[in-house]
Amino acid sequence: MTPAASAPSATKQALPLRSVTVRFAGDSGDGMQLAGTQFTSTSAVFGNDISTLPDFPAEIRAPAGTLAGVSGFQINFSSTEIFTPGDTLDALIAMNPAALKTNLSDLADGGILIVNTDEFILQNFAKARYASDPLADDALQRFQLHRVPITTHTIEALKGLDLSAKDAERCKNFYALGLVYWLYDRPLDTTLRWIDAKFSRKPALAEANRRAMTAGYHFGETAEIFPVQYRVGRATLPPGKYRNITGNQALALGLIAAGRQAAKPIVYASYPITPASDILHQLASQKHFDVRTLQAEDEIAAVTMALGASFAGSIGVTASSGPGIALKQEAVGLAVMTELPLVVIDVQRAGPSTGMPTKTEQTDLFQVLVGRNGECPVAVVAARSPSDCFAAAMEAVSVALRYMTPVFLLSDGFIANSSEPWPIPSVDSLPPIRIRHAEPSADFAPYRRDERGVRPWAIPGTPGLEHRVGGLSKADVSGHISYDPKNHQHMINLRAQKIRNIAAELPPAAVEGPPQGDLLMISWGGTYGAIRTACEQARERGQRVSHLHLRWLNPLPRDLGQVLRAFGRVCVAELNMGQLRTLIRSEFLVDAAGLNKVEGRPFNVRDVAARISELLR
Amino acid sequence: MSTITAAPTAKDFKSDQEVRWCPGCGDYSILAQVQRVLAELGAPRDRTVFVSGIGCSSRFPYYMNTYGFHSIHGRAPAIATGVKVANPELDVWVVTGDGDGLSIGAGQLMHALRRNVGLKILLFNNRIYGLTKGQYSPTSPIGQRSSSTPFGSIDAPVRPVSFALGVGATFVARAVDVDVKSLQGVLRAAAAHRGSAFVEIYQDCNVYNHAAFAFATDRETKEDNIVYVEHGKPLIFGKARDKGLRLSGSTPEVVRLADIAESELLVHDAHAASPAHAFMLAQMQYPALPEPMGVLRAVEAPIFEEQVFAQIHDSRQRAGQPDLAKLLASGDTWDVS
Ligand SMILES: Cc1ncc(C[n+]2csc(CCOP(=O)(O)OP(=O)(O)O)c2C)c(N)n1
Ligand code: SF4
Ligand SMILES: [Mg+2]
Repeated sequence: MTPAASAPSATKQALPLRSVTVRFAGDSGDGMQLAGTQFTSTSAVFGNDISTLPDFPAEIRAPAGTLAGVSGFQINFSSTEIFTPGDTLDALIAMNPAALKTNLSDLADGGILIVNTDEFILQNFAKARYASDPLADDALQRFQLHRVPITTHTIEALKGLDLSAKDAERCKNFYALGLVYWLYDRPLDTTLRWIDAKFSRKPALAEANRRAMTAGYHFGETAEIFPVQYRVGRATLPPGKYRNITGNQALALGLIAAGRQAAKPIVYASYPITPASDILHQLASQKHFDVRTLQAEDEIAAVTMALGASFAGSIGVTASSGPGIALKQEAVGLAVMTELPLVVIDVQRAGPSTGMPTKTEQTDLFQVLVGRNGECPVAVVAARSPSDCFAAAMEAVSVALRYMTPVFLLSDGFIANSSEPWPIPSVDSLPPIRIRHAEPSADFAPYRRDERGVRPWAIPGTPGLEHRVGGLSKADVSGHISYDPKNHQHMINLRAQKIRNIAAELPPAAVEGPPQGDLLMISWGGTYGAIRTACEQARERGQRVSHLHLRWLNPLPRDLGQVLRAFGRVCVAELNMGQLRTLIRSEFLVDAAGLNKVEGRPFNVRDVAARISELLR
Repeated sequence: MSTITAAPTAKDFKSDQEVRWCPGCGDYSILAQVQRVLAELGAPRDRTVFVSGIGCSSRFPYYMNTYGFHSIHGRAPAIATGVKVANPELDVWVVTGDGDGLSIGAGQLMHALRRNVGLKILLFNNRIYGLTKGQYSPTSPIGQRSSSTPFGSIDAPVRPVSFALGVGATFVARAVDVDVKSLQGVLRAAAAHRGSAFVEIYQDCNVYNHAAFAFATDRETKEDNIVYVEHGKPLIFGKARDKGLRLSGSTPEVVRLADIAESELLVHDAHAASPAHAFMLAQMQYPALPEPMGVLRAVEAPIFEEQVFAQIHDSRQRAGQPDLAKLLASGDTWDVS
């Protein structure tokens, strides 16, 4: 007996809300990521627009109850279109004192705070560096505090099942989930289906999780402590079939789609690193698409395997994060020199060095643009949201193959793991990728260029096209080793021009908002949503602010200089100390301001709003 | 090897590029033998790829009229692995040096060998860094004086064949640059091997380390200092073929044939499942013992790229033909109308 979508509780009133931000927070072992993803699926399938922010420690399981071990999952679900996971929380579920301590500052005044009182015991206060019971603190009066013995209730609900005490206790995340489902009047069927599928071979566990979730739901319904339910209606999204997707999932699908469109196998070689490893996991399970995945012995082997595969006619792809990208750069230079296609995905994380592996940043822009020896330009594209990773991956492959160049594809830890609804494209609507291969002829020369400055792909196995490539400076057209000074300069010019030529097929700079005004906010990559939202809200307040999002960082749109000059001020917002800003200032001689943050977290909309107001003062 | 398409000659494998090694460099002889053996085997030029790293030896691909990739220092085995996974029909040869393959690229060499990728890997061992003008290398003997070791090198050298055996190589052989017949034989055996074939070639760097292998090249004495190993044959050597090797406990010792019965001699077994016998041979070092030349080990094992394709094949059996529309719409979906 379970409550279903068709039978919402009628006993309490349901208050309509436009959008809500909820965060589940607990110990790494508490299953908060699972609770969060379930809440996400349910809300997405229900028809809300959603945006999520998983936030977990780099340690697999830090000592239980400690601050280092806190794992959180934030979901913003809405009846209107949204582009960020939300700045402040409307509700926080804190499964232990450590989770309370690390998350409370994000809870809005008057927000709902649900705590698992079973974990609010003396020994856990010390682990969370609380001197005494934080629930006794008057400061909590700002919030709607609900004390629920979640563990006790869960164990009671599972009495009679053939389950160890430990397994029973583990179901407490489903109890919490059920409670929050009730609070926001969510249907349970999506999660019930998931439980059935997940535990199809462990019926006891399936029953336990079902019961725990239902118990949580009923507790919300019957307990006196929750006076109201809230309801967030369906969003009006463009019609179509949707699914929920994370950035890393979308990257994997984009690569597979690109392989199909180019009619070439993907050879994906990488070395595990957070937050990029998921792409390898996803692709490794899709071998029937002729995706050849290689877990290399190191980052250098990964990129060189990919490059060798490209030389031999496949689509060579590698991925990593900042530290691994640093190791790959010598080989990227080789790809530039040999003019072979290569896609290098950089899922950026907080640096320098090992930094904060699970936290997000945009600090690798300079590394990918200029972090190689010699004059070594490559194309760089950045995905702007989880679902956009699909299109970005296809574009990266397309440009790499058609311009015979390495392409860096930038993602980041935030969009890699966060998710949003994705209107599933029809396969027929995907753009074709048309490749020019070299044809055997008497005057074949491996470095003879076409009108776009691109050399042909001459693939081993083709009779008559035998040739040698390598990292030594090469003579124009013939590709033979050359140390001729004028030729060296000439080839550097040609390679640079080839990258600039890509701009001819890119769309012009697309300003959101009026094409002139007092302030132009510029964003790139995963900060798109926050900057867009802040600019829209600013215009609603009457501020003359427009937004320009740059998808390609090299080459830049040809009309960018003109666009910049139509605004009184320009501000580049990025999660680094001003890398794109430096580039824009030097390229266009504009006095661009910056909005910069390197805390390992995405921008809050209010950070951006404050900066906008400051610049317009 | 792929099938014969025409009857090429060694000349067909020469590219139009001028060879730029120093006069007297051992690389010339190796290039000539490779060209001769490929011609003799009827290797199709369009399906032959030479991949190299960096070093004098790594210039090799420029001189071969096949496909070629002169890459970056130490990474040729990984590039070549990518080539094989992209197109397993290609015959892929790797040319590397003692520095390229055992210093900066030891990691890549090890993993290609342990995976048993179908590559023919030729390591030109001149016990010196040639291209960077004569620093000692990881195969230089202790005490080697070089530009970077004016008082003699102090680090223990690695023995390439021991290294290869240690990481599980399925084919390990050795030859000397100017010992033309033996080198050709080893190249032929390497070409025929399915899986990774590792060949160490003693190579004279005429400029920075001349005569490092004089013991193995000097016409008068070499037969006393090396032993040609052949599967199933007893280990006999010496200019007069009057010496042999026999086991004393677990170590080989030199014996005079006159003093023993031939049945006491150590018999070479290149196909033994355990690499122990090959490793023992690999450790034999002049002047204490003659150094073995020829195929030390050749065993069959699953081949990396074949397994890559077997998994793709199996997935197709399991999951059916690829259906992108189905993949894109996997997981929970919902319709907005
Ligand atoms: C990343 C990098 N580091 C250093 C070098 C310089 N370098 C070029 S060749 C070489 C040593 C080559 O020695 P070996 O592999 O024995 O080749 P040989 O020249 O003796 O044939 C070095 C250190 C380089 N090209 N690249
Ligand atoms: S330096 Fe030595 S190894 Fe290099 S080409 Fe000259 S002789 Fe040959
Ligand atoms: Mg050397």
